[in-house]
Amino acid sequence: MIQSPAELQNLRDRYAKGMAQQKAGILVCAGTGCVASGSLEVHAALEHALKEQGLHTSVQLLLEEESTGGVTAVKSGCHGFCEMGPLVRIDPEGVLYTKVKPVDAADIVAALDNGEPVERLLYRHPATQQVFVKESDIPFYKHQTRVALANCGHIDPNDIAAYIAKDGYQGAANALSRPPQDVVDNVLEANLRGRGGGGFPAGRKWSIAASVDADQKYIICNGDEGDPGAFMDRSVMEGDPHRIIEGMLIAGYAIGASQGYIYVRAEYPLAVERLRQALSDAEAWGLLGDNILGTGFSFALHVKEGAGAFVCGEESALIASIEGERGMPRPKPPFPAVAGLWNKPTIINNVETLANVPDILRRGVDWFKNSGTPSSPGTKTFALTGEVANTGLIEVPMGLTVRDVVYTIGGGIRKQMAFKAVQIGGPSGGCLTEEHLDLPLDYDSLQQVGAMIGSGGLVVMNEETCIVEVARFFMEFTQNESCGKCVLCREGTRRMKEILQRIVDGQGAESDLGLLEEVGESVQAGSLCGLGKTAPNPVLTTLQYFEEEYLAHVRDKRCPAGVCPGLKTFAIAAEDCVGCSKCARVCPVDAISGKVKEPFVIDREACIKCGACVDACKFGAVVEVA
Amino acid sequence: MNTMIIDGRRISFEQEANVLQVIRGAGIDLPTFCYHSELSVYGACRMCIVDVAGRGIQAACHTPAEDGLEIKTNTAKLRRIRKMALELLLANHDRDCTTCDRSGSCKLQDLAQRFGVRDIRFGQRDVKAPIDASSAALVRDPNKCILCGDCVRICREVQGIGVLDFSHRGSKMTVSPAFNKELHDVECVNCGQCAAVCPTGALTVKNEIARAWQAIHDESITVVVQIAPAVRVSLGESFGLESGKSVMGQLSTALKQMGVDKVFDTSFAADLTVMEESSEFLQRFQSGTDLPQFTSCCPAWVKFVEQYHPDILGNLSSCRSPQQMFGSLAKKYYAQELGIPAEKLFVMSIMPCTAKKFEAGREEFQTEGRPDVDVVITTQELGRMIEETGIDFAHLEPTSLDMPFGFATGAGVIFGVTGGVSEAVLRFAHETVTGQELEHVVFQEVRGYEGVKKASFDMAGTTVRIAVVHGLAHAAELLKAVKAGKEAFDFIEVMACPGGCVGGAGQPISAQMTASNQNRGSGLYKEDQLLQMHKAQQNPMVNSFYQKWIEEPGSEAAHLSLHTRYGSRKRIQGEAYELSQQPEASVDVQVCVGTSCYLKGSVELLKNLKYQVGKDEIDEQVKLRAAFCCQQCAEGPMVLVDDTVMNRVGADRLPEVMHEIKDKIAKQRQMLRR
Amino acid sequence: MASVDLQNEQSGIEFVEQSVQKWGRSPSALIPILQDIQQQYRYLPEQLLTHAATALELPPASVYGVATFYAQFSLDPKGKYLIKVCDGTACHVRKSMPVYEAIRKRVRLVDGKSTTEDMQYTVETVSCLGACGLAPVVTINDKVYGQMTPDAITAIIDMLEQQEGEV
Repeated sequence: MIQSPAELQNLRDRYAKGMAQQKAGILVCAGTGCVASGSLEVHAALEHALKEQGLHTSVQLLLEEESTGGVTAVKSGCHGFCEMGPLVRIDPEGVLYTKVKPVDAADIVAALDNGEPVERLLYRHPATQQVFVKESDIPFYKHQTRVALANCGHIDPNDIAAYIAKDGYQGAANALSRPPQDVVDNVLEANLRGRGGGGFPAGRKWSIAASVDADQKYIICNGDEGDPGAFMDRSVMEGDPHRIIEGMLIAGYAIGASQGYIYVRAEYPLAVERLRQALSDAEAWGLLGDNILGTGFSFALHVKEGAGAFVCGEESALIASIEGERGMPRPKPPFPAVAGLWNKPTIINNVETLANVPDILRRGVDWFKNSGTPSSPGTKTFALTGEVANTGLIEVPMGLTVRDVVYTIGGGIRKQMAFKAVQIGGPSGGCLTEEHLDLPLDYDSLQQVGAMIGSGGLVVMNEETCIVEVARFFMEFTQNESCGKCVLCREGTRRMKEILQRIVDGQGAESDLGLLEEVGESVQAGSLCGLGKTAPNPVLTTLQYFEEEYLAHVRDKRCPAGVCPGLKTFAIAAEDCVGCSKCARVCPVDAISGKVKEPFVIDREACIKCGACVDACKFGAVVEVA
Repeated sequence: MNTMIIDGRRISFEQEANVLQVIRGAGIDLPTFCYHSELSVYGACRMCIVDVAGRGIQAACHTPAEDGLEIKTNTAKLRRIRKMALELLLANHDRDCTTCDRSGSCKLQDLAQRFGVRDIRFGQRDVKAPIDASSAALVRDPNKCILCGDCVRICREVQGIGVLDFSHRGSKMTVSPAFNKELHDVECVNCGQCAAVCPTGALTVKNEIARAWQAIHDESITVVVQIAPAVRVSLGESFGLESGKSVMGQLSTALKQMGVDKVFDTSFAADLTVMEESSEFLQRFQSGTDLPQFTSCCPAWVKFVEQYHPDILGNLSSCRSPQQMFGSLAKKYYAQELGIPAEKLFVMSIMPCTAKKFEAGREEFQTEGRPDVDVVITTQELGRMIEETGIDFAHLEPTSLDMPFGFATGAGVIFGVTGGVSEAVLRFAHETVTGQELEHVVFQEVRGYEGVKKASFDMAGTTVRIAVVHGLAHAAELLKAVKAGKEAFDFIEVMACPGGCVGGAGQPISAQMTASNQNRGSGLYKEDQLLQMHKAQQNPMVNSFYQKWIEEPGSEAAHLSLHTRYGSRKRIQGEAYELSQQPEASVDVQVCVGTSCYLKGSVELLKNLKYQVGKDEIDEQVKLRAAFCCQQCAEGPMVLVDDTVMNRVGADRLPEVMHEIKDKIAKQRQMLRR
Repeated sequence: MASVDLQNEQSGIEFVEQSVQKWGRSPSALIPILQDIQQQYRYLPEQLLTHAATALELPPASVYGVATFYAQFSLDPKGKYLIKVCDGTACHVRKSMPVYEAIRKRVRLVDGKSTTEDMQYTVETVSCLGACGLAPVVTINDKVYGQMTPDAITAIIDMLEQQEGEV
């Protein structure tokens, strides 16, 4: 039990010293991505190798007096560079090993002694072939500024001591020593804008809730990260759960709430597990519960698992879900800050927003405003995915351009193909084109071009991506995820998808484009909640920026990217076919037949044009024909 | 005084809850599908969107009325969005308007006309869902549902039941009963309020017009019609007459023209009900048993009690409802008077109510295996039958009803409005208890439209406490307080529909539900005023009926033909749930885990039983099952050991149950040995 | 693994009752209780939903409404192996659909069904699993497989069947 801010500070110092006295720290990434790639086996192999070498191994952070001068080998949260996983980081040097396999363990341990990093495991730039030893020198990391993600990959998320050693809970200690209004003013002044979507200033919400008199108020952390292509909240919840707890603690103190809920998506079991662990540790250490740090403030937190509904990312739907109902948005006003969960004033902040709060309190408003732009201060995390060379999770100052992100950090387009578009902000966002490459990534600039920052998913598309098909994909997503309550969103998204399906199937007419726009604008203007109001964005932006591509589909019955199944036909070039039968085996509808060692043929009637045969053929014999 | 500017006009307002009400108050009929002032604000249809200066497009129904707002209701953009919403709704709607029951009273049809939607540029519905006609009262056609949720909210908020709710989501969302079961399989009480608020033909009153015509046209059958009190003040609405105006005389003329043989008044039977129910009440009041006495005229309320509060079944008045009293006396006595066999007499009820259709089909109400009431036609359906004949209803010459059952006092007439039964009973009880003639027949305390009215009356030195409720959610609330001992009453009147029978779901569809219900109610009070007699006990026809056939109120003969008993009822139909299944099992043990037994601890009992069966090593012989309701709720927790019913089985009676089981096993073994 | 066969489960009602004890009798306990049932039985049997409605004093229709709203819940029994193909944006642009088709073909699913007749496999698509860095992603009973191709996933299922055979 930590009983005072001074005690917390003292503990911090002793852990920091303990860490410094260790010979080395090994951090094996245990984020979902790396676990899938086998990082847990790597960790076990490393432990085994360390034991063989006779090194004293600890699996958690040690206090100054406990330190043995041995090795601390822990599992960390996500490093963000998932594609190169499993990742292993060696501290204090910050060496990063990529694509590590259990068999590499002995070499890694040996390298601790001889000081020579294992070269074959170091990151090699795909274009320049340059080899990087330190994580911080790799271009992917070099241009990032990590605040919300600062600890992700650098500490063991299951060890509260590790968080404390990294100045954890210092922001809360600071906040709790001041009047609540002061804390609200701080966040207001920092102009911390909601990182989950619309960018509404968090401080404004807080001050509304703080000003309402109520016997009970609530803080909810919105961890219902449903945007396809976004996983920053997941990484923070999995990799640095105490940061969220600290942010909520501060928010609770500021508005006078004694209860909080962390609402986590059903699809994130690991995040739930880590948060539960963190919650019980924080309670055991006196950082949650009654009379926190001896200040008299009491705060209790609960983890609430979502059950699989994108719309629950919307505030009032999330509240309905916690209350045990169908997650259908409720009419506003009243706004949750006035009457939210069980009709009590409720603040709902997104994970990343709350993850920024501790540092604002600890390092000050000026420090926070130092990065980013005047109207969008601070940093923003982006999930960089799609056809970009370096996929992964990044955090950069607001206002960096799309080009900086895609080329400098992302390493450009995979397989040397041409950039076509970047989809930003998930199903609520829009598609940006080459002409927007120098657009600064901040709330207002994006809004001006019809997109939004959303939660920060950045899906890069190359010339082989069909923009109409992508628009159809998003409408399919939203019409599945629409709660069904209001007419425009329920029926409108469904009909937009229907029209887009018609177009990609080659059945579209030119008049469909006008109809799409008409429906889209009505859905945008008339829907009940934010999900509906933004649902047409992917379609409306692509209609605006890629009109030619749409016209090619409806007028010329041609898909320029060669993707739309309804607009292509496959055939096997008899002269190239060796009759290996591979295409016939991968065909999901058995539309390919033939005798082994003789040319095969495709039954055009049966073919569903999935392209599996094209991918399977090693001889390039399956070709698209007009 | 607050003001806001609406389309350039300065409009003042006071208490209006939202901008929509202010706009409508200003004479602009802003359309809605999902807004009802009686229900919670849902905000889904998006038809009432307006442009609020500085805030943009918002739905008026959930924008609070604030001083100084500047609002536009009719811009190019708003019109475009509304029209789009309509076109989208129509695309997904089964548009067989010409054959739809609601053609002409359908809000979707009306608005599509108003907005001139002529072209639907989208595809049709993907799948045609089956129509549910299982209920005696209602028909549910999901293909016409526009998902406004009005039915969901009225069932949950006004009736406190929640038979219907949304299921699935997005474009797959539907409104359905639990597990998409049919309406007759779930806890629907048939009140039909869902159909009354449904803007389209997705929920309609079951149409039995064909059966009515068939009987009328059958020369060999004598068709006797009874007309419920609330019908006379609403039928005129179907012919453009104002609500609340009594059209009983014209109705009698019309029915005769249509070919009906006798036209009688259910109010006569209501007078009879007053006699029986008041006598029953006074007897209970004096002996202090089975109090409070609840009325039982409302079939929706009766089913509600059977499902949710079987423990108070004994407190219900044992009187049949006026409709069923009429049916019973018609079949048992009137047929005799006419000298025809009962099966040649056809009783047709004209009712404001959909639940009466269900009531008429109940097993309790049969004579010689045939239903006492052969067909129930709602006010709506009757209006349509008259329309079909081409009779110019509004200009008909009134005629009087047939005797003897065409004669009613004001007591029987006010049955149709909330508080009416209580007032009629008070008029009887007061005279009986005090032995003095009652001069002022109006009991203002039980009139009015608050959800719950409470009043006490002094009768010869004793106080009678009366409560009057309408809306089953109010009833449930009051019942909770009564059961908890927080409140006590001697007599409680419950009507399921808002306003009482005048607000029944069989009445003509009205856009202004509350207002028309109140006009109809006032119409009944006015009718009472105009009548010569106001007390049931004055009715000479009632008195001669007693003399001729059933002696006096409460007599054995009266009980046989005018009273009944109700039993508990499953809320939802489902299979018993197997807990263990052994092929050799020979004793079947069922423990009820329905609501009532559950609350009395049947799950704990089940657990102990399972444990004990295992411990005594007879689990091979015992097939243990959890039943979802054995309809013995008042006597729960209930255990069924083969065919032996064991009631009120508390934890202390576990040994008894075990003994019974072992006994059964022993007997079976003996049988096998032989 | 939990049995799909209710009759072999000793008592579903006792299970629901325990869950009710754990989460309380307020309406807000409904979703956690349904999650418990879903986890235990891999679907939501009608009787247990009715029982949960009784225990929480909610209309069965509302319980049904909640159960059908959320993607996590299923009213139909699922196969022994629950295969989810992520169709989030990142996975979609990296060709998750051919992977999905390959799985369906491998386990011989036809006619838009999602569960095989022998109750071995259920194949579904799922919105973003948040492992976009490894796109396209497939999970089999919650184990994550990244950077999938039609061939790779077919090989994984082959392996599963081989292991089945050995047991």
